Amino acid sequence: MRIKCPLCGERDRREFYYQGDAIALQRPDADAPAADWDDYLHNRDNIAGVTRDLWHHETGCGAWLVVTRNTNTHEILAAALASDEVSA
Amino acid sequence: MRVEDKGLIDRAITVPFSFDGQRYCGHAGDTLASALLANGVRLMGRSFKYHRPRGVLTAGSEEPNALVTTGQGATATPNVRATTQEIFVGLKAESQNRWPSLNLDLMGINDAFSQFLSAGFYYKTFMWPKSFWERVYEPIIRRSAGLGALSGLPDTSKYDQATAHCDLLVIGAGPAGLIAALTAARAGADVILANEDSRMGGRLLAETEPLDGEPAHIWVERMVAELAAMDNVRLMHRTTVTGVYDTGTYGALERVSGHLADPQTGAPLETFWQIAAKQCVLAAGAIERPVAFPMNDRPGVMMASGVRAYLNRWGVAAGQKVVVFGNNSDAHRTAMDLTAAGVEVAALIDSRADVAVTGDFPIYTGAQVVDTKGRKSLGEIHVQTSSGVEKIEADCLAMSGGWNPTLHLSCHLGGRPVWNDKIHAFVPDPNNCAGLHVAGAAAGVFDTKGALKSGVSRAKEALKALGLKACAVALPVTGDDEYALTPLWAVKGNGGRAWLDFANDVTLKDVELAARENMGSVEHMKRYTTQGMAPDQGKNSNVGALVALADATGRGIAETGTTTFRPPYVPVSIAAMGSSGAGKGFLPERLTTSHAATVALNAPMIEAGLWYRPSYFPRNGEKTWRQSCDREVNMVRETVGVCDVSTLGKIDVQGPDAARFLDFIYTNMRSTLKVGRVRYGLMLREDGFVMDDGTCARLGATHYVVTTTTAAAGQVMRHMEFVLQALHPEWDVRITSVTEQWAQFAVAGPKARALINAVVNTPIDNENFPFMGCGPVEIGAIAARLFRISFSGEHAYEIAVPSRFGASMFDALLALAEGMGGGAYGMESLNVLRIEKGFITHAEIHGRVTAFDIGMERMVSAKKDCIGKAASMRAGLNGPVREQLVGLKPVGAGKMLLAGAHLFGKEAEAVRDNDQGGITSVCFSPSMGIPLGLALLQNGRERHGEVIRMVDHLRSVETFCEVCDPVFFDPEGGRVRG
Repeated sequence: MRIKCPLCGERDRREFYYQGDAIALQRPDADAPAADWDDYLHNRDNIAGVTRDLWHHETGCGAWLVVTRNTNTHEILAAALASDEVSA
Repeated sequence: MRVEDKGLIDRAITVPFSFDGQRYCGHAGDTLASALLANGVRLMGRSFKYHRPRGVLTAGSEEPNALVTTGQGATATPNVRATTQEIFVGLKAESQNRWPSLNLDLMGINDAFSQFLSAGFYYKTFMWPKSFWERVYEPIIRRSAGLGALSGLPDTSKYDQATAHCDLLVIGAGPAGLIAALTAARAGADVILANEDSRMGGRLLAETEPLDGEPAHIWVERMVAELAAMDNVRLMHRTTVTGVYDTGTYGALERVSGHLADPQTGAPLETFWQIAAKQCVLAAGAIERPVAFPMNDRPGVMMASGVRAYLNRWGVAAGQKVVVFGNNSDAHRTAMDLTAAGVEVAALIDSRADVAVTGDFPIYTGAQVVDTKGRKSLGEIHVQTSSGVEKIEADCLAMSGGWNPTLHLSCHLGGRPVWNDKIHAFVPDPNNCAGLHVAGAAAGVFDTKGALKSGVSRAKEALKALGLKACAVALPVTGDDEYALTPLWAVKGNGGRAWLDFANDVTLKDVELAARENMGSVEHMKRYTTQGMAPDQGKNSNVGALVALADATGRGIAETGTTTFRPPYVPVSIAAMGSSGAGKGFLPERLTTSHAATVALNAPMIEAGLWYRPSYFPRNGEKTWRQSCDREVNMVRETVGVCDVSTLGKIDVQGPDAARFLDFIYTNMRSTLKVGRVRYGLMLREDGFVMDDGTCARLGATHYVVTTTTAAAGQVMRHMEFVLQALHPEWDVRITSVTEQWAQFAVAGPKARALINAVVNTPIDNENFPFMGCGPVEIGAIAARLFRISFSGEHAYEIAVPSRFGASMFDALLALAEGMGGGAYGMESLNVLRIEKGFITHAEIHGRVTAFDIGMERMVSAKKDCIGKAASMRAGLNGPVREQLVGLKPVGAGKMLLAGAHLFGKEAEAVRDNDQGGITSVCFSPSMGIPLGLALLQNGRERHGEVIRMVDHLRSVETFCEVCDPVFFDPEGGRVRG
């Protein structure tokens, strides 16, 4: 599998560290209800289809990426900088 | 028998080799199979289950019968296909699965019991008693059935891994592959042409059909010469593409030196490639399929394509009286080629009644082979014609049931092949996998002209996807052979066994039995009969078996479908795939600047991640590590010790928002830390558990240096990057790992300040460098950093110098320490010193521990938010239910404490339900004179003084211990401030 890092270009999957669902970008407020924190931390859908995950280009530029991919076809549909996603 | 004037072998070069100890000679260009056939050797193996005598069936990597072991001792390789192993001077090959010899195999007795060894035999027979399976049945079955055996010795051969990149990967160098590669290469694409065979050309080398009016191999040589001369082309010989993976990644096995008598020094036996290709043309060809007629497994019964390949490429007649039996036009070539070469064709039998054949040999149409005779070699065949059964003397039967496209790689990403009624074969679904274009016979185009055209078209598709423009490529003049067949899968004969899967001894009856016993799905049938589960993975038998299943269940072939094709396409040795994991491979070694000096002091080194650190520094007269360790502990407590702590992660944090950032990362405040001070802190994961601990030094208003544990340095850096990039990209902070840039040494003990003052230009005192103070110091002309922090409970410092001065700094500190009665200390004593003080490491903060558990809940600041704070407040992560950090001292007779042991109430039974926690760290404490342990114990902080029981079930040790405060030594902390 190869991921196109927006900064480095297409690189082998082994350069990247896989984190999990991109929901981690939407951190609840400190005083948010426990249910919000549960959803943020633990409750996950097991999607057969398009997912958005966080990957870290650990042995490359160090950028955190939001990678959109299809778990059925393993197709990588997009890879964007997490910082752009959050700022946008 | 060798045939004069035929073949592409070099008859000028004679190559001696041996098979089962017998010496033979072949020629350069021979495979083991062709050379053995040339020497008249028919019997090459014994079958898997029945130990029946077997000869070579094919001339390719799909060979199910002729599997041999090459090499000897540690370098022996079992299950090598004689059809792909090239001979070289001194090659030693041995047959397999026979005892005592290939000719006299006593296990052949299995064949007499064949009716009991049918499908599902193991499942039905070895049901009880259950305990017998592992101890009695399985070892016997494994000994009697099987293939080659591993030597049991460590493989001393070298293997390698490599990576390649290209625009277009062409798999297969037959007509379609060659023309596709040339089309793409001329258009400027970076091309890799991977060919399984030792020689490019594919079937063109095995047929007599001319190209451009010349023998086809001349056209092939021209093509290869042009490709080889191009800078943008890499030709890979002896390279089988074994798997297709996501986003254009391909696995390939290159057989680098296993065909050489005298390989280049250091050359690997095999290299496992990972090829990243933007586009791919799959031109893997096709595999001829057998016909399941009774007793079709005798040595001498071969694929017609194999017989032609041995004749035309290797100049070998597979027999002296050959019968050809087929259901298609292609089979006829065999009879023509043999006759032209002067080999007697005893009969051409075509199962089709409505074909017109002419030739200088007996011809039977509408006829079928219904039986064969002969023990270790074919002697006679029985033909059912409209007028009865006729017996024909023959020592070779060339059979052809048609061709199956080699489409396996098109299915590795989950695609399913589709049934084609015209060629009666499965063909790849063109939508199967993106970027993979199937050409030639692999796509079901079996004639040369069609294959060439399809090679060009598929290459053009790939070029279009690459954004490149194709140039014209001239196609050679070919014949107009049309492939026509009428399906013939199985022949019902006199009741004899008809083999489908030669490699695993699966017959027509086994498949029919599976269907009767409700194993009607093709995947169930496969597992019940083991069809397709041998090293050839059913390349010869899959389609025949599923058609037999379709017949038996009354379903159609398309509906029955195929089993799933998975990588690898051919067997790949684990040694090749795992070569980077053998030894250190490319694993980096991180060495501290004191490494050479440490090794010179005979310190045994231990690995800490990628780092190497000294366990202890042995001195004369010390016989065990404990003696050295105890001495080093006492040395630090009494005088001064020096320890390289450069392996701890060091992260430089700078920027206007640095304080705010660190407040968010750590549980306690960083913004209130004064410049020139250090603070200890905890870092949580967002789920509320402890991630790491460490110190944070404020060097300036907007400049901090934080330390991490050695083990968690990478994780902490990743975490910090996440917070900055993904949660707060608006903060103006930059972080950089400076672990490698600074060499850092702990100087600990009552004489620590004296030692520091012996190296720094301006002496320090308790006023300008109090406990938890930090700041710049000068050592000669070197700008260094000094931190007054302690991991030993002693008056201690850590001094950091730029790495280039690390080695000399260590030497200087050590010499001065020794002058004061001190010296270097290692990891063992460092660990004892911290346990005596109750300081935690990742043995305690092992990922399931909260700040509350280690008694640091007050360190989670109420004044601010931080990562993990919300979750750390959750019910269940605090309170008496939690296992909490305590100290343990042994009481009673047994004194042994063991890390990993479980804790139980004093009187409670040592079972899981009563488990109250476990010991995380233990040591013998020279300062206290007793063993000490740190433990996580349920409600432990309320239980100081209680006696509990430690039980180590693995080592059968039980010890009563008293629960106490984890800080054993100097609980008031006076020494650290002294």
